[in-house]
Amino acid sequence: MTAGNFHIPILTLLIFTPLAGAVIVALLPSGGNRRPRAVALAVAVCNFLLSLALPWGFDATTHRMQFVERLPWIPEIGANYLVGVDGMSLLLILLTTLITVIGVLCSWSAVQDRVKAYMACILIMEAGMIGVFVSLDLVLFFLFWEIGLVPMYFIIGIWGGERKLYATLKFFLYTVFGSVFMLVGILALYYAHGSLTGQYTFDLLKLVEVNYPFGLQCWVFLAFFLGFAIKVPMFPFHTWLPDAHVEAPTAGSVILAGVLLKMGTYAFLRFNLPLLPSASIAFIPYILILAVIGIIYGALLALAQKDLKKLVAYSSVSHLGFVMAGIFAVNQQGIDGGILQMVNHGLATGALFLLVGIIYERRHTRLMDDFGGLASVMPLFAVFMTIIVFSSIGLPGTNGFVGELLILVGVYKASVPTAVLAATGIILGAVYMLRMVQRVILGRVRHPENETLKDLNYREFLTLVPIVVLIIWIGVYPKPFLRLTSTGTAHLVETVQSKHAQLMAERQHTAGYQPVSAVFSDPRGTNATDSARPHSVRIGSARIIREEL
Amino acid sequence: MFDIIWLIPLFPLTGAVANALAGARIGRKAIGWIGCSAVALAFLVATVLFFRLTGLPPDQRSATVTMFGWIASGGFQIDAVFLADPLSILMALVVSGVGFLIHVYSVGYMHDDRGFGRYFSFLNLFVFFMLVLVLSGDFLVMFFGWEGVGLCSYLLIGFWYEKKSASDAGKKAFIVNRVGDFGFIIGILLLFWSVAGQGVQSLRFDAVFDAARHLPPHTLTLVTALLFAGAIGKSAQFPLHVWLPDAMEGPTPVSALIHAATMVTAGVYMVARNSVLFTLAPVTGEVVAGLGIFTALFAATIGLVQNDIKKVLAYSTVSQLGYMFAAVGVGAFSAGIFHLMTHAFFKGLLFLGAGSVIHAMSGEQDMQRMGGLYRPLKATAITFIIGAVAIAGIPPLSGFWSKDEILYEVFRRGHPVLWAAGLLTAAMTAFYIFRQVFLIFSGPSRADEHTRSHIHESPRVMTVPLIVLAASAAIAGVFGFPFFKGGSPLHHFLSPVFAGGVHHAGAVAEEAAAGHGATAFILMGVSVVAAVTGILLAAFLYAEPFRRRAPSGLHPEVLAKRFTRLHNLLLNKYYVDEIYGKLIVDPLTRAARTCLSFDLSVIDGLVNGTGWLTRLTAWFSHQFDIYIVDGLVNSLATLVRYSSGVWRGLQTGYLQNYALIFVVGVLLMIAGVLVVI
Repeated sequence: MTAGNFHIPILTLLIFTPLAGAVIVALLPSGGNRRPRAVALAVAVCNFLLSLALPWGFDATTHRMQFVERLPWIPEIGANYLVGVDGMSLLLILLTTLITVIGVLCSWSAVQDRVKAYMACILIMEAGMIGVFVSLDLVLFFLFWEIGLVPMYFIIGIWGGERKLYATLKFFLYTVFGSVFMLVGILALYYAHGSLTGQYTFDLLKLVEVNYPFGLQCWVFLAFFLGFAIKVPMFPFHTWLPDAHVEAPTAGSVILAGVLLKMGTYAFLRFNLPLLPSASIAFIPYILILAVIGIIYGALLALAQKDLKKLVAYSSVSHLGFVMAGIFAVNQQGIDGGILQMVNHGLATGALFLLVGIIYERRHTRLMDDFGGLASVMPLFAVFMTIIVFSSIGLPGTNGFVGELLILVGVYKASVPTAVLAATGIILGAVYMLRMVQRVILGRVRHPENETLKDLNYREFLTLVPIVVLIIWIGVYPKPFLRLTSTGTAHLVETVQSKHAQLMAERQHTAGYQPVSAVFSDPRGTNATDSARPHSVRIGSARIIREEL
Repeated sequence: MFDIIWLIPLFPLTGAVANALAGARIGRKAIGWIGCSAVALAFLVATVLFFRLTGLPPDQRSATVTMFGWIASGGFQIDAVFLADPLSILMALVVSGVGFLIHVYSVGYMHDDRGFGRYFSFLNLFVFFMLVLVLSGDFLVMFFGWEGVGLCSYLLIGFWYEKKSASDAGKKAFIVNRVGDFGFIIGILLLFWSVAGQGVQSLRFDAVFDAARHLPPHTLTLVTALLFAGAIGKSAQFPLHVWLPDAMEGPTPVSALIHAATMVTAGVYMVARNSVLFTLAPVTGEVVAGLGIFTALFAATIGLVQNDIKKVLAYSTVSQLGYMFAAVGVGAFSAGIFHLMTHAFFKGLLFLGAGSVIHAMSGEQDMQRMGGLYRPLKATAITFIIGAVAIAGIPPLSGFWSKDEILYEVFRRGHPVLWAAGLLTAAMTAFYIFRQVFLIFSGPSRADEHTRSHIHESPRVMTVPLIVLAASAAIAGVFGFPFFKGGSPLHHFLSPVFAGGVHHAGAVAEEAAAGHGATAFILMGVSVVAAVTGILLAAFLYAEPFRRRAPSGLHPEVLAKRFTRLHNLLLNKYYVDEIYGKLIVDPLTRAARTCLSFDLSVIDGLVNGTGWLTRLTAWFSHQFDIYIVDGLVNSLATLVRYSSGVWRGLQTGYLQNYALIFVVGVLLMIAGVLVVI
């Protein structure tokens, strides 16, 4: 497949524009902070506009990768420069380019120190993130995965708060710890594929064609799980997140919450499900349990916070629990909802960090008790906060509802108790978010320092408007977004189910110890994906399995 | 024919957006005009649709209008659908009609408020969501409106956000509603996957109701119970009633519109809308009816002793909603909707009247500091009394007909115990509402000098809506008048919705007409006696001229002293808030704190512990490196150096030393040779 009707290597451009921008910013003559900011903004905006070409030329009727570019890179080991997108990665790329523009804008006056280096870091970060979302070669993916880490390390470590060194070290070591296991997993797959087919390659599109033995799948799943779950972060690997958020400058938090966390959930969808379908199905109960714990536990922790950034950080743990539950419902609605919720969380939580940053810049505190009554002095701020909070709560009419609903629809089909427990997160979400609203913007102005606070300026207004527009757009008319992902999701579900069925059938032939129905529901007969739903045939892809069986 | 249905919610939405964006720049007059005319236009369109609907034969009075595809994922396809049928259009008329009057009233009531534009924006937004709720043709579209009115309720209860009690109340309302919505959404999920099992992948009402007939009874029972959980929250039924009395923190017109006339009745509407499901699940119906009557009685007892003018009305609303649930629970859906409608008139009226009183009393809400307001506030007083007579159930005002129909239906369908409890509630209702009337309007004034000097009747913009509502409350009974030929017109109008195709519309009317025999008249008589008893009791206790003739034991303070514990129990609303505080709020807070310390000490402790362990290992290996590995190397070096020191003595570089060693060596060798030989 070539780049389709696009002959411009648009994905490569998307990666290298910010990289080139970073070099230019870094080489600017020193003195004056205006120029690096302006250049960085121009580059980010250009990249954003460039990314808008993707949905334009995207064919949503096929699940195949599009805008594919393939160049030999290290032919000796079978590593290629192989990039391409499907609907899921497309959405995340758009999110990345948008969040980067917002990240540059929100650092405009907040960062005064070493602006050149800072802006360069943000642009490198963007390149790394886009690279992660387009890589279809595991080595390339790993490379970008690690590249993204370094600028964030510096952003927190140099421009961060008081405990920045602790936070940045924790963030870095934790992620690296996970990625080591991920690398082992990648190598295991590489050798397995080589020994099974004689072809040694890191090409995802080729690796995915093989159905690996169940034992290997499980081990690789665990290795990947460590790498990705830390990034998500899933309970109990989440404690790096509040520290990193609290110490990071606003743009760092916005990018971290907006995009970086999605790399984990994205990777689960991109690698675990299609490459390790049987292991994924076998691990469903455990992942769902962790996801539900994350939802409730994260919400409870958010409820106990006094620091705004910590509150939002723990709410992320809760929201990403939702995403994980949706993904591991392994059906159309769950995964569609999970993908949409990744975008939603990026928008809403990114915006919440922006809001916290806006008042932090004015008051240099993030404690809720230092505020109160801001609706009187900053009415515009209060309006934005209200809208964004209700998006985060998942009110119908906002994007949050569509995502959460689809996730619940999917999870309900996979496991009723999980759906019921996850839905309690919706109640708790309202509790901690409205508590925050009440303490920050409602009530009387209690601190004289707050009486003279200035409302949003044009730049701040501009960072929030696109997010609010998207919140309502996706809430009222999500079809264009869902349309992008649904074909890919349908194919993914089908792949998982049919590969799993095939593997189980083979196992049964050789071992002959399990009835077909038990095999289908779970290799160990413990999961609930298919119990008591005789009529699920027309949904998802159970049909395929039935035919094969 | 019904294609213009989307205009009904569109007008208020436009008004809301316009006032939100431009409210700060255009004057109060323009804001008021935009706000009121938006709702008036909605009412107009609804009227047009109403006449189009009545122009059709009864069995064709249902049309769905699909606007656009909303959520689509695989087989889960949800469209934005509106439904025009007698029930939805009637509700739209009530919402926009009463809504319009309350908007007009608000222009006067909120005149001096600095949040005037914000207020009208929120109020219009509320009407938008409420209209979407009642006009929706799909469960999820309904849920959209359902949650939207919850949002507006939150925003308007906390309208005076600087007051902590107001923002607390808003938060409480939203969260308690979320508890009910939790059930609602789970119910929708269960329903979707159940009908999907029947091959119907839709949440549209018509499709779902068709498929539901083939569902197993236990599924239907569970679905309806979960849906009812949502209704319990929204319509403030026990045990989720706690938010409604607190919601009185909002401006009084808001209490009238949202927390009396429209939003809180959404739960009743929802059950009526799902009449097909509830008819198929009789067990849930029993629960709905039982809980409804229980709540009616429970809230009425609390209302007996409250002193805040709005709190009495709030508990009264909870109680009246209980009646409505009793009706829809026993399957008398149109009776429930009838009471919903008359209640919207008289309770809206009572709240607006209370607002007018509060307005006149410079914000005073304690009835113990009122009294003697009949003369200065004549228009308010007369309309308020009309509302009171209506709710007390005195014929021929509307409340009598609707409440009596409910009691009659409950009795007729074999629930004598519920009927008795309902009757008791009716007597209490008459008592507490006339207690309120007497406390406010009769006797000498108990206000302080300053307040008394400011007492004034409200402006026309406020009294005219009162008069219109009073007229409606008085005559609305005619819609449900059972003695027309062919039964009550409302019943007849709604029958295509509730018959669900099972009964023929005519048959229902016949049945209704036939039922109103001797029993009906006897029950009516009993109801009237109960109401009059309540009123007389209130008069003896609280109205000046009667008070003097009352028996010696019949005095509020004497009674309060005699039944101190009961009085305290009622005054403190059965301590439900306190119980929730102990049972839910405190444990939740504690759980959150426990989780936090667990997270910091155990989970993060493990992470940090790993880090610490790594550093400890590093230290050991560092020591090992220095003392063992390096030590070995160093000691080797030392060894070499020491040994080299020994050998160095030999290599001095002096020729004579070498010569000496050479000579010694030679001599030794010679000696050796000699020895050997």
